[in-house]
Amino acid sequence: MLNKEIKSILDKSKQWGWVLEPDAKRILSLCGFQTPKYAVAKEPEEAIAATRKIGYPVVAKIVSPEIIHKSDVKGVVVGIKDDERLLKALEKFRKLPGFAGMLIDEMAAGVELIIGAKNDLQFGPMILLGFGGVGVEIYKDVSLRMAPLNKDHVESMMKELKAYPLLTGYRGSKPVNIAAVQSTLIRFSKLMMDIQDYFESVDLNPVMCDGKSCTIVDARIMLND
Amino acid sequence: MNLKPLLEPKTMAVIGVSATNERHPANVIFDKNNHRYPVEVFAVNPKGGRLHDEKLYSRINDLPKKIDLAVIAARAEFVPDVVSQCIKAGVKSAAVISGGFTEGGRKDLQDKIVDMAREASFPFIGPNCLGIYSPFHVDTFFLPIERMVKPNIGSVALVSQSGGILVDQMIKFSQQGVGMSKAISIGNKAFVREIDLLRYLVADSTTKVIAFYVEGFDEDEGRDFVLAAERSPKPVIIMKSGKSEAGHRAVSSHTASMAGDYASFKAAIAQHNILEAANEHELVSFCEVLSVYQQSIDGKIGIITASGGHGAMAVDACATEKISVPELSQETKDKLKNAVSDNVRTIASFNNPVDLTGSAIDDDFVACAKIMGATDEIDCIVFLLLPYIPGVTLDIGVRLSQVCKKYKKPIIAYVPHVEKYNMMIDGFELNGIPASSSIEGAVLMAKALMRK
Repeated sequence: MLNKEIKSILDKSKQWGWVLEPDAKRILSLCGFQTPKYAVAKEPEEAIAATRKIGYPVVAKIVSPEIIHKSDVKGVVVGIKDDERLLKALEKFRKLPGFAGMLIDEMAAGVELIIGAKNDLQFGPMILLGFGGVGVEIYKDVSLRMAPLNKDHVESMMKELKAYPLLTGYRGSKPVNIAAVQSTLIRFSKLMMDIQDYFESVDLNPVMCDGKSCTIVDARIMLND
Repeated sequence: MNLKPLLEPKTMAVIGVSATNERHPANVIFDKNNHRYPVEVFAVNPKGGRLHDEKLYSRINDLPKKIDLAVIAARAEFVPDVVSQCIKAGVKSAAVISGGFTEGGRKDLQDKIVDMAREASFPFIGPNCLGIYSPFHVDTFFLPIERMVKPNIGSVALVSQSGGILVDQMIKFSQQGVGMSKAISIGNKAFVREIDLLRYLVADSTTKVIAFYVEGFDEDEGRDFVLAAERSPKPVIIMKSGKSEAGHRAVSSHTASMAGDYASFKAAIAQHNILEAANEHELVSFCEVLSVYQQSIDGKIGIITASGGHGAMAVDACATEKISVPELSQETKDKLKNAVSDNVRTIASFNNPVDLTGSAIDDDFVACAKIMGATDEIDCIVFLLLPYIPGVTLDIGVRLSQVCKKYKKPIIAYVPHVEKYNMMIDGFELNGIPASSSIEGAVLMAKALMRK
């Protein structure tokens, strides 16, 4: 999976120690993962034009090499439905340190998962699957395996989660496309093997899964020294 | 890497034997092997001289035979020179007992011997270790023979990063009647590592179960090890220490914070069909049961006992370990009921657990075990013995072992381990039924059999 463009993005990102979100999304879409429609804009006209193509509602996020944790600086605005709010967000972001643009993402819905990787000293790339939001933060409902993953690994990983019934449909909620979760995990584990010389840890959080597909809404790739 | 000269040497040189200090580790090693093992042993000391009737050779080169194993107990700063002499003299392997290398801030000395060994393909174990206890072959532990507790000779091999833990486990194995095929202390594991010994032990015909005490692996060493262990036809067990994270490292992502060192370790070994022993009790239980039974079970436990309390404790332990204790069919219940003595029939309970009460005799237990042996509803029998009830005799172990063999179904016993009941325990263990000293232990043994 590791082609020239991916390599050059990773090499370029070394200066910051992590891969900026639009670059991370570019890597993922080059590898065949589904990402929301997105664009990066710096100026108001650009932002409006880009959003016309994506279609409201959108999410706006700060792009800055100085800001890893976007939510901590209120660098994420969700549910933007019109130009006025879009421009307000842009104005606010421009005042944040290291402003390099505003990422405009199509809104995605579904069951919120986290898919992650850690480059373990003893075991190499380890893959994590869990439920996003409070699932990961409070309940720590996650499962871990050593990459690369096969179908059996992925199946047992999903079943190990306490909230597994949320994937198969619980109390009338719609089931997610299990095959899409599986293929996303397997493909992700292959990518992590390919970039193991580069990365320290990766969070795809959230990955939104519905009855059709899994969409990677946010991606953070931390690089090693 | 040929480890045979290391683990089954025919000739051995002990380097650093003292002419004056009889308690020197090298002297202890020399003495015990010289008198008790078939290996031919030579003592080496650069100053030469004699120790009692034995000649001390001043140079490895002077030894009258080709040496399979050199045991090196010289001071760390002399070890590189000794290793180089060994290699030149055509010695085939070494156990470096001496400490004072990486663990004492002298990584340079360790690197030196590793470089030499690598270039010459000279396998050595250690440094900073006890080396090898290989029954019928050699014992390089510098522990006086009268202080050591040696388990029976059996089929469990234990490889340990810590010499102290290894010797302690030998005591525990001995108490529990678990036999060992090899005990190997690898210390700083500078050259010969877990994975090399795993490969050796997989091929070793005396070993059926391969157990490790691991503190940690080096870079990528864990990955290579688990992939090799997954291919092992013999069960592999790991007991790990250093599970608590050292300090709170700043972590930049959710994944990094949740996939800590131990979490990753645990996940990687379970994924590759390696059994993790959470503590010493689990280690000895897993080793015992897996050395007896090689078949794997789904975990449908049938419990036979003479006490409702014992049955309830066992059911709870099964629930904790997520092992099923299935309800028996009416047909099986009826069979059980018809099989026991008249006076027991009216007071016993034939649900699973089957509680035959304190009035039961050997015949009742054996009859029920046969019925559980014959039915597919159960794939493993846990027998909780109350050795103090009057109807039980010393024959219970051997009689149940016959049931076990006839129906090819594992039976695991619980017998309180006190001296008074030793003959009963032997009745089980010497006839091939593992006997745990606790109810939980018996259930843990069943859990180990669920490994695929």
